[in-house]
Amino acid sequence: MFAAEDQPMSLDELIEDAQRVLRVCNACRYCEGYCAVFPALARRLEFTENDIHYLGNLCHNCGSCLYACQFAPPHEFQVNFPKLMAKVRGQTYRKYAWPGFLGALYEQNGVAVSLITAFSIGLLFLLAGALTNPTAFFTAHSDAQGSFYALMPHNLMAGVFGVVSVFVAIALLMGFLRFWPYMGEDLADFFKPKPLGEATVDALTLKYLDGGGENEGCTYPTEQKSFSRKTCHHLTFYGFMLCFAATSVATFYHYVLKQPAPYPFWSLPVLLGTVGGLGLLIGPAGLLWIKHQRDPEFKVPEQAGMDAGFLVLLFMISLTGLLLLAFREAAAMGTLLAVHLGFVLALFLTMPYGKFVHGMYRLAALVRFHLERRRPVPGLAPE
Amino acid sequence: MIDTEKTWDILVVGGGNAALCAALMAREAGCSVLLLEGAPKPFRGGNSRHTRNLRCMHEEPQDILTGAYSEEEYWQDLLKVTGGLTDEHLARLTLKHTSSCRPWMYKHGVRFQPPLGGTLHLSRTNAFFLGGGKALVNAYYHSAERLGIDIHYEAKVSDIEIEGDTFKSAAFTYQGAEYRVRAKAVVIACGGFQANLEWLEEAWGPAAKNFLVRGTPYNRGDILKVLIAKGAKTVSDATQGHCVAIDARSPKYDGGIITRVDAVSLGIVVNKHAQRFYDEGEDFWPKRYAIWGRLVAGQPDQIGYSIVDAKAMGKFMPPVYPPIRANTLRELATKMEIDPDALEKTVAEFNAAVRPGTFDHTIQDDCVTEGLTPPKTHWALKLDTPPYFGYPLRPGITFTYLGVTVDDRSRMVLQDDTVCKNIFAAGEIMAGNVLGKGYLAGIGMSIGTTFGRIAGEAAAHYVRG
Repeated sequence: MFAAEDQPMSLDELIEDAQRVLRVCNACRYCEGYCAVFPALARRLEFTENDIHYLGNLCHNCGSCLYACQFAPPHEFQVNFPKLMAKVRGQTYRKYAWPGFLGALYEQNGVAVSLITAFSIGLLFLLAGALTNPTAFFTAHSDAQGSFYALMPHNLMAGVFGVVSVFVAIALLMGFLRFWPYMGEDLADFFKPKPLGEATVDALTLKYLDGGGENEGCTYPTEQKSFSRKTCHHLTFYGFMLCFAATSVATFYHYVLKQPAPYPFWSLPVLLGTVGGLGLLIGPAGLLWIKHQRDPEFKVPEQAGMDAGFLVLLFMISLTGLLLLAFREAAAMGTLLAVHLGFVLALFLTMPYGKFVHGMYRLAALVRFHLERRRPVPGLAPE
Repeated sequence: MIDTEKTWDILVVGGGNAALCAALMAREAGCSVLLLEGAPKPFRGGNSRHTRNLRCMHEEPQDILTGAYSEEEYWQDLLKVTGGLTDEHLARLTLKHTSSCRPWMYKHGVRFQPPLGGTLHLSRTNAFFLGGGKALVNAYYHSAERLGIDIHYEAKVSDIEIEGDTFKSAAFTYQGAEYRVRAKAVVIACGGFQANLEWLEEAWGPAAKNFLVRGTPYNRGDILKVLIAKGAKTVSDATQGHCVAIDARSPKYDGGIITRVDAVSLGIVVNKHAQRFYDEGEDFWPKRYAIWGRLVAGQPDQIGYSIVDAKAMGKFMPPVYPPIRANTLRELATKMEIDPDALEKTVAEFNAAVRPGTFDHTIQDDCVTEGLTPPKTHWALKLDTPPYFGYPLRPGITFTYLGVTVDDRSRMVLQDDTVCKNIFAAGEIMAGNVLGKGYLAGIGMSIGTTFGRIAGEAAAHYVRG
């Protein structure tokens, strides 16, 4: 009954192994205090594939349960819950990707992300350089001359990203719309204010990276609790949100206030982008570093490319963005602009087919957790 | 490398809860401490790895403990399960200690949580470790490393040199070589002998062959044997231990808590001849499960079968192994390899004896049998709703109680009642002083923590004055 093989598994094999491990966890329950996953699994006697995708995405991979597990390898029960759940998440992302055939991009995600990045940068070189004005591309432009827009007309830039954004939004939405009912939930229930609010707070505060309520951080990258992961993730996420805010403010300036870029350093869009950009430099670099430091028993080699691809993109966007800010009046501006926008485009294109989706499925699982915990539990043995 | 040149202040033999408590206390008192754990690192911690809580005395609600659990109530509970096989002085010392030791545990990284699902009946008496016993053991090891305790795994102590009432040195094997190490005092905290099948067989006879060892495979009792041979005064006896009925499909060793089967009180239990042999509904399962290991051990071939029907499903904690399932009793019997005719007859007689009542598995209800031997005195419902489910049962021994006698400084006592100067014993190896027989959830960790800490402190006091 108990022989987990440490190699890539098909979805069916994975579900079967998860059912075995979840039975162990359900009969043990020592980890109930660590996070939402264990109370959620304790509500069930049997585990369907839906349940396993749900629990997989509820798991934050903090590592506490593996360190605490009396049945962890080399014990013959071979229980490695966080690693199993990481593998499940990989399958979730693949299974619910839209359009379905693009789910295959998760198979060699690191390679896919790299190729799409190369393509995006190439495309931007063509758009910014070759197609518009090749000689101007390697010339310095002052802010007074309009900087970026001297090379690439605003409407072209906005047009390309506008179309891609709409596609990305649709693809992500479709992924969610396929996943949520699959868990057996009504769409309307997702919007119930209390569960949605609680789940949002859990997500924004990374509640389940808190070591089980003692506010001591989590067992990542090593067994000793630390705030490394929480801090790096906050820097990444809020850095990303600040950059997003910078773009939004700039759009407002452009269309409503009729003030086209470039903006001075002390302007709101540039300040937001700079602070966010610093977060996006330190955060992803830190996450990559602690991922590298992590105890090997947690690592899922076939997913390393997916994790790294996403983080490297975020890091490079920020790095090239900040360089662009520093050198926007220099001759290198054209090259930097193409590279920067190339990375941004690659991030957009891979959003529905990369690690980015973890946030969406995690939030959905958290909402479901808060919906479910209000429902009566099937009766168990007398206390 | 292990420094065997110097004379250590304290040698700790063993690496579970009691050993770690002793080592930490001695180190905090300024001693140099060498801790030799026989198990490999992933399996360090002995049976503490499988524990989950500490039974705590408290006069009023504390953080995660509800109500109050007075010394007197705790004492009465202990008296009841041991039938008086306890040393009242040492027992009361333990109970009192549990009311004040948790801040120290917290300081060394142990975290507590409210009771787990399915254990609300323990919310008043037992403080649960966040993540369970292995998390506790990990926390103590981390603290021990930080404080500079010298820890070695797979270092198996094989002999204790005693002159009169005084410890001199210990022999151990490590990485294929034999060594001898000297220390000014020794704390022996290396558990009982539940994994020593030969010893179990000496005590239980051939039946022991069919026992499953639910606890760690590393508790072979080698040092306990040495101490007894060198004149230690024993306590309890070799047939006493925590022995529950577990799923017969569990591994031979180390299956831990998940091997339990909680369906007994909701159905019937038969032996290999398809005969019932004990009142399954005598009391709530948490109060009775500890006797079923012995009951199954007393049956032919040491096997039993817990049988329930569809009505019971979802009313007990889900066991780790899926039940054997069939739409008729005949088919179930065949699948379990017992006589189908005999099972049908047993169930027919049982069903005929069931009196009407109002079933409620949350109270001691009035569903009973009449004119049946043995009777079922609560939760007796006819087995008549397919599918039927069966769980095969074997005795699963978690830990043993035969140990060495200690005094209230945790010092080992010899047969002539001499108290050893610098030999201290803590944990399972002396738990029989307090729990001579029977079982009380969480008291193992109470005894280990109490006497581990006392031993560490007393040993340090002996060494440093």
